[in-house]
Amino acid sequence: MGTEQATRLARKPALFKMRGLSKRYVQRRPFSRKKFVIDALVEVALEIPSACLTALVGESGSGKSTLAGCLALLEKPDAGEIWFEGQEISRLNDAKLDPLRHKIQMVFQDSAGALNPRFSAAEIIAEPLEVQGRASGQKLRNLTCELMEEVGLSPDWADRRTLEFSGGQRQRLAIARAIALKPSFLILDESLSGLDLSTQAQILNLLLDLQAAHELTYLLISHDLSLVAQIADFIAVMHEGRIVEQGPRQEVIGHPGQTQTRELLNSIRVSEVAFQAARAGGRS
Amino acid sequence: MRYLERRFVHGVLLLISVSIFCFLLSELAPGSFFDEMRLNPQISPETVAALRVQYGLDRPLPARYAYWVKSVVHGEWGYSFAYNSPVRGLLLQRARNTLALTGVAMALAWLLAIPIGVWTASLPGKPVDRLSMAGTSFLLAVPEIVLLLGFLYFVVRTHILPVGGMVSVDFDDLGLGAKILDVVRHLIVPATVLVFASLPILVRHVRASMIEILGSPFIEAARGHGISPARILFRYALPAAANPLISLFGLSVAGLLSGSLLVEVMTGWPGLGPLLLEASMSRDLYVVVGVVMASTSFMVLGNLLADVMLVVADPRVRTD
Repeated sequence: MGTEQATRLARKPALFKMRGLSKRYVQRRPFSRKKFVIDALVEVALEIPSACLTALVGESGSGKSTLAGCLALLEKPDAGEIWFEGQEISRLNDAKLDPLRHKIQMVFQDSAGALNPRFSAAEIIAEPLEVQGRASGQKLRNLTCELMEEVGLSPDWADRRTLEFSGGQRQRLAIARAIALKPSFLILDESLSGLDLSTQAQILNLLLDLQAAHELTYLLISHDLSLVAQIADFIAVMHEGRIVEQGPRQEVIGHPGQTQTRELLNSIRVSEVAFQAARAGGRS
Repeated sequence: MRYLERRFVHGVLLLISVSIFCFLLSELAPGSFFDEMRLNPQISPETVAALRVQYGLDRPLPARYAYWVKSVVHGEWGYSFAYNSPVRGLLLQRARNTLALTGVAMALAWLLAIPIGVWTASLPGKPVDRLSMAGTSFLLAVPEIVLLLGFLYFVVRTHILPVGGMVSVDFDDLGLGAKILDVVRHLIVPATVLVFASLPILVRHVRASMIEILGSPFIEAARGHGISPARILFRYALPAAANPLISLFGLSVAGLLSGSLLVEVMTGWPGLGPLLLEASMSRDLYVVVGVVMASTSFMVLGNLLADVMLVVADPRVRTD
């Protein structure tokens, strides 16, 4: 990514803005009055530009998923502000958050666990559409089949249960469910982890195609800097609940200013050549 | 289907094993129904010996077992020495009374346990959950007999309900509505004790299963899609938490004939409990075997019912 492109991306309006975001978990040890405190988020400040792919990287336990939970409106921060489409949403109650939920969707890492094992593929995709009153009857069925086709799943599989799909197919199903409500923001919480390189590349290509088609904004959460080094427009690095570095991909990868970023760069586990080859295979 | 057939065959084999085991244990137990007659000087030893021959007690164990099997095939299920009648008639009447009591108690316990368990699981650590946990801990800690004595004391002191038996003395003179009301009034004390005895276990199982499922990623995903908490609880979490609860329901059915022995004896409910106690005390062999076999049949049926319900409820079992 050239400097010119980085500058162009930096000018994009922010879909999400966070300021001073903090979240603390207090736990008590069994058979003890002693409490221990986990500062999952500490004064987090981050901007997520619209229609871009922002990657949030950091080692396990650095607070990435807590931040994702706050952005997905599943958790409330203890302090700080979250601005979404120009509206401060961190203090809104559930009733006021409900109209926003369809705009923010999440794809989880564990696709087998994130899909209701008792539902068929069609029921999984149709459920949010039905609940939000978007469609019913045959129209709902048609919409479901269209979504399956869009993510590369055959509509003939609509009545299969989730356990009858492979890991990659389940992730496609999760993506179909996530885009069903036409969200503007998609959180990919380690969604590419646990997949083999070829499937990872195919899912990634699908996500990039969907982004182009629907002008989606992505937040890709990963501990794999080698992956985000290929695809992210912006990168934010988390360490012990804080954002220690953020900026356009080229700056963060090319000139890492923080020890944590350098350590993550050193731990790149997959060669760029192998990944690019898999992506090329995935597109064909 | 093959799975259910296999389970059915297992059940039949279990029933045969239990019947053999019953006869072996009865052989090990000292004395017989006619031994006490020997102490009576008015009954001659020859009469006692003739009675033993008449009822086949002089024959070896395999012959007695063969006689019992033949009797089961003929629908008599053995012969009661004390009542001088086939066991079947005795068992059916008493089992009906027991089922009336335990069926009502089990239905009430589940109808209470599911909403309480689901409600408290949705509010873990909140006052209502703590109150429920404290209540269930208390009920678990109090023995069934203490609970029963407490209820009996309360009812005897206040005279608000009849104590003892299943019907009032003037039952035959009552109209149909009054008869039903009379049985219901007699049922309240033993049924309430049975409900309180099983409720804490059921509530805790429902709560634990629901809490585990409510922490699943697919529940988190459903919340993210804006699906309402009530729909998540009842359409997502409860069906997913159903498998262990269905197995537990099978156990509840299994205990329908055997779970109320103490309560029946203490409240004078004319069910299988008092019959088994009397038969054991007087060594009325075939009645004891009949009651044990009836209880075992219910256990087998309960487990079979749970298996069928699992097949219906869980598509993954059908897929297997």
